[in-house]
Amino acid sequence: SLVQLACNSSKTRSVSVDLNNDTALIIDIPDALCERDKVKFTVHTKTTLSSFQKPDFSVPRQHEDFIWLHDTLVETEEYAGLIIPPAPPKPDFESPREKMHKLGEGEATMTKEEYTKMKQELEAEYLAVFKKTVQVHEVFLQRLSSHPILSKDRNFHIFLEYDQDLTVRRKNAKEMFGGFFKNMVKTADEVIISGIKEVDDFFEQEKTFLLDYYSKIKDSTIKAEKMTRSHKNVADDYIHISATLSSISADDSTAIKKHFEKLADLFEKLRKVEGRVASDQELKLTELLRYYMRDIQAAKDLLYRRARALADYENSNKALDKARLKSRDIPQAEEQQQLCLQKFDKLSESGKRELTSFKGRRVVAFRKNLIEMAELEIKHAKVMLTMIYRCLFDNAYAIMKLALNVVTSRPFP
Amino acid sequence: VCVWGQAEPLNSNGQNSLLEEEEEEEEEGEDLFTGSLSVPLVLSLSRSLSLSLSLSLSLFPSATEEVSLDSPERDVLLSDGPSPVTPPASLISPHLPHNHLYTHCSFDEMEEEDTPDLFDISILVSDPEKVGEGMNAYMAYKVTTQTSMSLFKSPQATVRRRFSDFLGLHGKLATRYLHVGYLVPPAPEKSIVGMTKVKVGKDDSSSNEFVEKRRAALERYLMRTAKHPVLLKDPDLLTFLECSELPRALSTQALSGAGILRMVNKAADAVNKMTIKMTESDTWFEEKQQKFENLDIQLRKLHCSLDSLVCHRKELSVNTALFAKSAAMLGNSEDHTALSRALSQLAEVEEKVEQLHQDQAGADFYLLAELLADYIRLIGSVKGVFDQRVRLWQRLQDSLLLLQKKRDAEAKLHANKPEKLQQARDDIRELEGKVQQGERDFEQISKTIRKELFRFEKERVTDFKEVIIKYLESLVQTQQQLIKYWEAFLPEAKAIS
Repeated sequence: SLVQLACNSSKTRSVSVDLNNDTALIIDIPDALCERDKVKFTVHTKTTLSSFQKPDFSVPRQHEDFIWLHDTLVETEEYAGLIIPPAPPKPDFESPREKMHKLGEGEATMTKEEYTKMKQELEAEYLAVFKKTVQVHEVFLQRLSSHPILSKDRNFHIFLEYDQDLTVRRKNAKEMFGGFFKNMVKTADEVIISGIKEVDDFFEQEKTFLLDYYSKIKDSTIKAEKMTRSHKNVADDYIHISATLSSISADDSTAIKKHFEKLADLFEKLRKVEGRVASDQELKLTELLRYYMRDIQAAKDLLYRRARALADYENSNKALDKARLKSRDIPQAEEQQQLCLQKFDKLSESGKRELTSFKGRRVVAFRKNLIEMAELEIKHAKVMLTMIYRCLFDNAYAIMKLALNVVTSRPFP
Repeated sequence: VCVWGQAEPLNSNGQNSLLEEEEEEEEEGEDLFTGSLSVPLVLSLSRSLSLSLSLSLSLFPSATEEVSLDSPERDVLLSDGPSPVTPPASLISPHLPHNHLYTHCSFDEMEEEDTPDLFDISILVSDPEKVGEGMNAYMAYKVTTQTSMSLFKSPQATVRRRFSDFLGLHGKLATRYLHVGYLVPPAPEKSIVGMTKVKVGKDDSSSNEFVEKRRAALERYLMRTAKHPVLLKDPDLLTFLECSELPRALSTQALSGAGILRMVNKAADAVNKMTIKMTESDTWFEEKQQKFENLDIQLRKLHCSLDSLVCHRKELSVNTALFAKSAAMLGNSEDHTALSRALSQLAEVEEKVEQLHQDQAGADFYLLAELLADYIRLIGSVKGVFDQRVRLWQRLQDSLLLLQKKRDAEAKLHANKPEKLQQARDDIRELEGKVQQGERDFEQISKTIRKELFRFEKERVTDFKEVIIKYLESLVQTQQQLIKYWEAFLPEAKAIS
């Protein structure tokens, strides 16, 4: 189990654009603790708003608390026209845990040096998973704090401020809502959304786009993840190769000794950079895709709620016609129809706003991350090129010197 | 010649002066490289370096090729049949202690003669072509030899050979030279699975890879065999390289690399092999044997890691290709024009990167992994000749024992049985001759093995150095291309608005 991680939030934030713009409410997760499988996040708030009791405070929170907050927001009728920021995924240490298991099994076949390096790699991976999960929980809160409506939510303030354990509140909430609405959305949205007769061109286009884009981005996320994992495997192989080359070099007494030594050294240097290439790719590409996949699901949820509201409105129309036919309960039916229409209009208006700003946000985030990824790839490749050239020179120079048997102080003019 | 002769220490005790000099030089040279090198500087340096490197490698080939054997020895060696070779008496003085001869001077100085030819030969194996149909089909390879050496009838020869021809050649060389201590390079292994795919006509990447792997292995095999100064003069090798028609080699199952070793082992006392405890009078052999045992283990481990690397890099290549396709689909689906374009460009970059990974995996395999596999097999040969020496020693001991018995028996016999006495004396004389022969054989094989290992170590150094350089160049190529691709993509990403 790892100990406290102090992470600088501004560095790790990558998938969303600057979210702490509004200085009235600044949220970050400055550190987190990992005990067994439970991660405890320290949520820190700095605010000038009078609605809070203190201007600067921190509370400990678990992943389940974030989920509770997300679910209450989803269940809130008032926010039906908003894209609710996607809930952060559960911290997943499965991959490094599996690796640790394998490392334990293979310990006997490795040299002490090799084992130490593999362990270092493993610790780095734990750290990376840790950083990722902190980042994703932090971004969730920051999306809320920068939203004009959601930032004022009462449960959000409770989440930030309540200095007791939220577990009791969580249980109550579950009993109240039962997650009914959430479950319905998950299973039915595609069918319902596709089924409605759309009158608004904007929403017609959005529907088509979002449904298609979701499946594509989901696929890309999976493929990017596989690609990153292969990259990490290559970096790990370099460790073993470097270690064995070192052993061979140690036992060798011919002129090859130095060459093996240098090659071992090169592989060791390269694997560190390759590891960074893999993790940068993961952060800038895989995590980007993953985040927007979930964000698009949230947008789809909004479309679903609007579709439901439209269905309700259509039903209320039918009920009104029926009432008129029977000449009974007409005022109630009229009122109901009005309510449904209002709700639907509100959702449409709010939805349009949200979806437009969502597109802008998505484009900006992709741009930023793609640029950063390309720049990092170039930087790492240049670093590796320099290392390889150095090794090449050292090797070739030795051969040349031997061949020409020249003793000079400068090898090149 | 002397430069190369002194380049490697002959024993494991301490470095020689040239090696120390090399260390010094590198420290001075380090001045140029402290701090980070800027890429353009490094690029121009590499160009001038690779030029001078190729120049130096061609001007100063390894000295082993310049060593020629004494002619009488050569004639004797060319006699066929697996019986032990009898070197001319002038060459061997069996009573000289071994250490004296070899520790302080190079072999070049000892056996230098007017070298008739500078070693200059290049052998290429190319153009695999399927001949025939069904299960009787086989691959025929073009073997092109280019040389200026007078050994050959003409400076260029091109023949077509099939795999069993190579095995046949190896079989002949092994039966002729292995048992007297020469390191005959092992032939590539047979592969039933690989060949069946080819015969059946599967034209996919795995059977193409198999053919390419075999082609490269056959080429390395011939070059290694030709580099051996004794084997190069073998008439069967010359025939193989020059004659358009070759009699078909039969029963090649027995003639695979492993098969030959088995045969040679069987010819000797197989039973004794496991239980022979030789009293080694020469620590050199003990040391070398231990060294090769260790090296064998290490090389196998390295080969295993490289296999894993090749596998993972191929996986990376495949996964990159899959991602590229997915990114292209995502780009098509994207409704923001500039972002859509950028995503398509990303897909294109990843497609190119996929090819890079594929190529690098090829370099990992054909340069490093196959070299290691070759050397692991070569070390098998080394172990084989060591074992052969032990067997000759055993034979000598057996003869000595028998001689002693006969002498003891003769002493007990008396004049009362004249025919028996005469017989006994005849027997003893015969045995004495056998013992002398056994001593000579043992001396000869010990000498040959020392020479062979010296040559082997030199060749190992050259081989590995060459391959390391080539491999580093492949790494350079990959990184340079990566920079190029991502630098082309960057403006596309920035163009998103």
